[in-house]
Amino acid sequence: MNSKGNDKETPGVEAQAEREKKHIFDEPKNLYRLLGVFFFICWFLFLLDLLFIFLPRHSSFHEGVFDAEGTFGFYGTYGFIACVVLVLAAKQMRKVLMRKENYYDE
Amino acid sequence: MMSSIHPALILLFGALLLPLLRGRMRKTWLVLIPVIGFINLLGIDAGTVRTIAFMGYELEVLRADKLSLLFGYLFHIAALIGAIYALHVKSQVQLVTALMYAGSAVGAVFAGDLLSFFVFWELLAVTSVFQVWTGGRKNSLNCGMRYLFVHVSSGLLLLAGAALRYQETGSLDFGHMELDGLANWLIFLAIGIKCAFPLLHNWLVDSYPEASPTGTVFLSAFTTKVAVYALARGFAGTEVLIYIGTVMTMFPIFYAVIENDLRRVLGYSMINQIGFMVVGIGIGTPLAINGAIAHAFNDVIFKSLLFMSMGAVLFRTGKINGSELGGIYKSMPWTAGFCMVGAASISAFPLFSGFVSKSMVMVAAGEKGMLGVWLCLLFASAGVFHHAGIKIPFFAFFAHDSGIRTKEAPLNMLVAMGLAAFLCIFNGTFPWLLYSLLPHEVNYHPYSLTHVVTQTQLLFFSALAFTYLKLSGIYPPEMRSVNLDADWFYRKGLRRLTRAASWSLNGVNAWAHRVVVKGLVRRLNHFFRHGPARFLVMLMRPYWELQGLSEEELVHREQALYVQAELGAFPIGITACLAVIMMAVVFLF
Repeated sequence: MNSKGNDKETPGVEAQAEREKKHIFDEPKNLYRLLGVFFFICWFLFLLDLLFIFLPRHSSFHEGVFDAEGTFGFYGTYGFIACVVLVLAAKQMRKVLMRKENYYDE
Repeated sequence: MMSSIHPALILLFGALLLPLLRGRMRKTWLVLIPVIGFINLLGIDAGTVRTIAFMGYELEVLRADKLSLLFGYLFHIAALIGAIYALHVKSQVQLVTALMYAGSAVGAVFAGDLLSFFVFWELLAVTSVFQVWTGGRKNSLNCGMRYLFVHVSSGLLLLAGAALRYQETGSLDFGHMELDGLANWLIFLAIGIKCAFPLLHNWLVDSYPEASPTGTVFLSAFTTKVAVYALARGFAGTEVLIYIGTVMTMFPIFYAVIENDLRRVLGYSMINQIGFMVVGIGIGTPLAINGAIAHAFNDVIFKSLLFMSMGAVLFRTGKINGSELGGIYKSMPWTAGFCMVGAASISAFPLFSGFVSKSMVMVAAGEKGMLGVWLCLLFASAGVFHHAGIKIPFFAFFAHDSGIRTKEAPLNMLVAMGLAAFLCIFNGTFPWLLYSLLPHEVNYHPYSLTHVVTQTQLLFFSALAFTYLKLSGIYPPEMRSVNLDADWFYRKGLRRLTRAASWSLNGVNAWAHRVVVKGLVRRLNHFFRHGPARFLVMLMRPYWELQGLSEEELVHREQALYVQAELGAFPIGITACLAVIMMAVVFLF
């Protein structure tokens, strides 16, 4: 009921100007800059685990239950692998589960 | 302070006044109702109990403790945010039922006995379905019917469970229950349906995307959280919940990756978040229960925020599929910003609300030494960032430029989103206020160096995986499609069953019609109509032949007797004679 857009109200000239206006990510340079910062932060965070060589680290587990949690780079590696597995598995799921958009209307 | 009235009444009856008001008055009243309700609620202290006598039962319509009060505050905040977001809505039905829906949720969490709880439980179903029906989308009506069917079924199970429980124990009190008999299992199942347990979850991802932009915001706030409250009230420490919750955190994230409708993606991520709460309730330690409840509180706010941002995009562009959107940040920068706050909160970034609550459940699992559960929750934490934290903002606001240029969301929507975003950051930065409202004393400190570093590592490396998969082209593209889920069984499977039943049973019916109605009955009719007359003619013919009648006379007599016999019109003498013979037969034999 309220889902109708009213974006077409903008007069033609203004719309054209708006369309041609450069936004921050229209410039590939900005995108590469963002990616560069992002990769740098990832490296930094990975190396941050070095802190725990010197500083005490609290574990989610009692001693000896799951010591791997304390190994260097565990969380980063787990997060990366989890997401790759997630996406690859979901891609396989699509082969079995995907149907046409009007599947249930037929 | 006993001057406060029952908190549900203000929302329920305040909503009924709405249709009497027009223009600014109506808008003001819409926002005022939750505010007045909240102030009234502040006057109710933990430990307050009020009962009414109803048909010989003593019903505890109001039982306030820390658990119910926290949910009460939460539902009023959600109603306020929803009301501001819905200020532009003209549909009276939608607004009235939305506030009554909030009132039902408040009533349910303050109900001290199962009968009062059942009344509000059903009222939740009846008022919320209007949020789907008024969605104005292609499938809203059918979807609403499916939604109502599921929720009324849940209500009936609850009623059956409550009745059995009363029969067994003589008490209707809604307190802790063990899964030891049919009654409690029925109640557990009823709550499980509303809580979107695996295989019972489809109503959620089916209906939320079919509601209007405002309707979904209300829908996301109440029903499932009342169910979480009910589990915390009735089934805390029930071990099976740990496994149910773990499955709930895991399976929806796979669906969310391949789903195109962004509000359905949020629906799946909602089941994932409820999974964390269910695990916490299942573990049942004070830390876990606190974590579950705190996460429910935060989830309502950040999920509302995410649904509001997607609703604003739908409202302005008329589109919600990831495949059709992209580059909207150029037109709706504020909405994009608020969406990212919601995304950061659900992903549990430090300083955002999810960070201070989700980890409580995970630490509780760790303290119990549940390695498998903990690894699954960690996987789900990475996964939720992947689909709700990155996919939602990325495909809606960034990704490739879809060329859509529109206006920023209306002011009321921005204010509502801003309020929710503020609460997300406030709860994430100053969690102590929320912690002080939790049912158990909190000895948990979210901002330890280890927690901040490890959580940030987990999230950034999830984002790194997304970036890698996207840049290398492995990431599955957004496609217009539906993905089969458990609802296939009742949406397609049941339809096929009906068709098969129709084919086989109607076949039997047609055969019976052909053989019995058209064949056998017609023949019997023919036999009983003509049989006696023919028999009489056959009986009389030898007699007439003995009389030596001519062939012509014989035919004439036969025809006359045939007609007389068919009509049953014999002369009185013959009838009397036949009657006497009949009586003689009866008398002799």
